[in-house]
Amino acid sequence: MAGININEKCVGCGICVKICPFGAISLVNKKAVIGDACTLCGACESSCKFGAIQIERCVGKVDTSQFKGVWIFAEAHEGKLKNVAFELLGKARDLAKELNQEVGALILGKNVKPLAQELAKFGANKVYIAEHLLLEDYSTDAYSNIIVGLISKHKPNIVLYPATRIGRDLAPRVAAALNLGLTADCTGLSIKDGLLLQTRPAFGGNIMADILCPNTRPQMATVRPNVFKKPEPSGAAHEIIGVPVKLEPFAIRTKTKEIIKSEASGAKKIDEVDVIVAGGRGMECKENFKLLEELAETLGGAVGASRVAVENGWIPKAHQVGQSGTTVSPKVYIACGISGTIQHLVGMKDSKFIIAINKDPAAPIFNFSDVGIVGDVKEVLPKLKEEIAKIVKASGQ
Amino acid sequence: MEILVCVKQVPDTTEVKVDPKTGTLIRDGVPSILNPFDQFALEESVRLKNQYGGNVTVISMGPPQARTALMKCLALGADRAILLSDRTFAGADTWATAYTLALAIQKAGKFDLIMCGQQAIDGDTAQVGPEIAHNLGMAQVTYVEKVESVEAGKITVKSIFEDGYHIIEAKTPVLLTCNTPSSFQYGNPPMMAIMKAGKKPFDTWTYNEIGGDKAKMGLCGSPTQVVRVYSPPTRGKGILLNEPADGAVKKLIEAMREKKVV
Ligand SMILES: Cc1cc2nc3c(=O)[nH]c(=O)nc-3n(C[C@H](O)[C@H](O)[C@H](O)COP(=O)(O)OP(=O)(O)OC[C@H]3O[C@@H](n4cnc5c(N)ncnc54)[C@H](O)[C@@H]3O)c2cc1C
Ligand SMILES: Nc1ncnc2c1ncn2[C@@H]1O[C@H](COP(=O)(O)O)[C@@H](O)[C@H]1O
Repeated sequence: MAGININEKCVGCGICVKICPFGAISLVNKKAVIGDACTLCGACESSCKFGAIQIERCVGKVDTSQFKGVWIFAEAHEGKLKNVAFELLGKARDLAKELNQEVGALILGKNVKPLAQELAKFGANKVYIAEHLLLEDYSTDAYSNIIVGLISKHKPNIVLYPATRIGRDLAPRVAAALNLGLTADCTGLSIKDGLLLQTRPAFGGNIMADILCPNTRPQMATVRPNVFKKPEPSGAAHEIIGVPVKLEPFAIRTKTKEIIKSEASGAKKIDEVDVIVAGGRGMECKENFKLLEELAETLGGAVGASRVAVENGWIPKAHQVGQSGTTVSPKVYIACGISGTIQHLVGMKDSKFIIAINKDPAAPIFNFSDVGIVGDVKEVLPKLKEEIAKIVKASGQ
Repeated sequence: MEILVCVKQVPDTTEVKVDPKTGTLIRDGVPSILNPFDQFALEESVRLKNQYGGNVTVISMGPPQARTALMKCLALGADRAILLSDRTFAGADTWATAYTLALAIQKAGKFDLIMCGQQAIDGDTAQVGPEIAHNLGMAQVTYVEKVESVEAGKITVKSIFEDGYHIIEAKTPVLLTCNTPSSFQYGNPPMMAIMKAGKKPFDTWTYNEIGGDKAKMGLCGSPTQVVRVYSPPTRGKGILLNEPADGAVKKLIEAMREKKVV
């Protein structure tokens, strides 16, 4: 197999045979031999304790014309594709059209055939599906090895990941393995002179930067949820391609022992909704968060919070918006009793319509709101809910 | 247990201001601080050292003034500091940073645990940690809020996921990236500790000490290229309603209808 070498340090221990997610290695005369199924994923290289396996990779210029297709990593949770998977697909379709290339989607999991169908329906021309019992829970090791393998083999031009907990864990691992640039948390993507122009905020959202990766392929980025629109089904031609995987438990160095679901995990996730009603210290106590819940429910949205509210135990951490919480950009963000410190603002200032309710007319949040109400949340929120309920009721009839 | 913590000195983004006339960033007078996520990673490492024994080494790649951030770490309980400083390293993106740091870490010794911050607040990329982990052939867990326990060959951590917390067991050596729990109090080290820090081992390494491929370092070795930096489009001035709640809510509803958000 070209591009990968086994040197004299190989002692025939066989660890690589077991670790290879593609079953490409066998032992011949007590030496490892790489077969054609090899995708150059590198799982063996990093598992070999003897330094006997070497993959030739160069950082410098590659023949970029070999790389074709716009891929997305489709993240699923509890048997459903996340909204951001569709958003990425929509963006990938636009980019692919401009480049006159195909859209590819990667879906990994235990039982994900229906999701592969859905990806195809929404415009993926090629869906690569890897199914295995050990892919049911996300693990950095298994997921990154398989994706590195698929990229090495099929050579896409662009790969997009969601900038979620999992996407931000996975993408840099793949980038390091393949010696690629990676642009984090993009809020804009377009094609400029044939290259992927990646736009992202930096310096706590105070500046924007445009980034290119001219010399490495694929060009990779993580993309913020809720920035791009979910597309309509496409009806384009598609193909679902099964990826045979072989995984051994010991090749996965981390294990989930327990999942402590946040109380509200049944509730909507803040990075998936159109409306967020968020509360901060100004809500004064846990009981007053009911006001937020009621308004959120009326609007079909979710409740968010500042760090102080989480710290005070008024709401679980999964609802925290901001630098050490989640970055959101819903259609409507209603900040209640939140002062608008930079750490909170970076997490929500790209929301399309921002409303703030605060009793301090000098609160910084007002500099970022489309409509600000100077007033007490305990007085304003019930009135607002009442008015909105009237509208919802009227439109429902 | 041998622990290494990667720390970065960053401009305090809460102090960054935008010139209202030109729309450009005013960086003058913006103080440099120890990246807050890294401070938590460091203090969590010191807590582990106190509980399980061992040493804490801190490393930072940056200009000479990054020494201040490392001194703070020593005062907060780290035992040894390494500053990687050389023109060759300047302008590195996450890939080139991780390449250079991994080389230096290999030279610094063998570690059971490498701790990084979740992200540096200047770029917020959260990429350097996982990239170092790959370069060193280590397992990784990101978004860690707490190390629950350490046993021979394994470590148990509490990591934030979108559906709550996952308790994850990882084989060591492992790299963790840490997210500050809301209960964490940022403190400054006491005067006595600051004075003692001056006596702890402090090395400054240049390219000559770590070697490696120059073509993979600094700006030239970075696959990503920043082609333009500009201020984000400003939001048009909003409306501020300072009147009794009834009227304010009515006007808000009107504005929402106009924008078609209800
Ligand atoms: C490393 C680091 C990371 C951080 N990450 C985050 C993060 O991810 N998310 C985050 O949110 N914060 C984060 N913070 C914390 C941040 O700095 C602020 O402490 C926090 O955002 C403040 O929350 P707040 O606006 O609810 O509280 P405050 O700043 O105390 O503001 C409360 C506001 O409520 C108003 N108010 C009071 N009573 C009423 C009332 N009855 N009616 C109406 N208004 C009222 C007050 O006028 C005030 O403006 C971080 C800090 C650090 C150092
Ligand atoms: N120049 C650097 N020197 C040391 N550690 C760094 C450096 N850059 C990043 N790190 C580490 O990597 C983490 C993530 O940084 P980033 O990927 O830039 O968001 C930081 O919290 C640090 O722990």
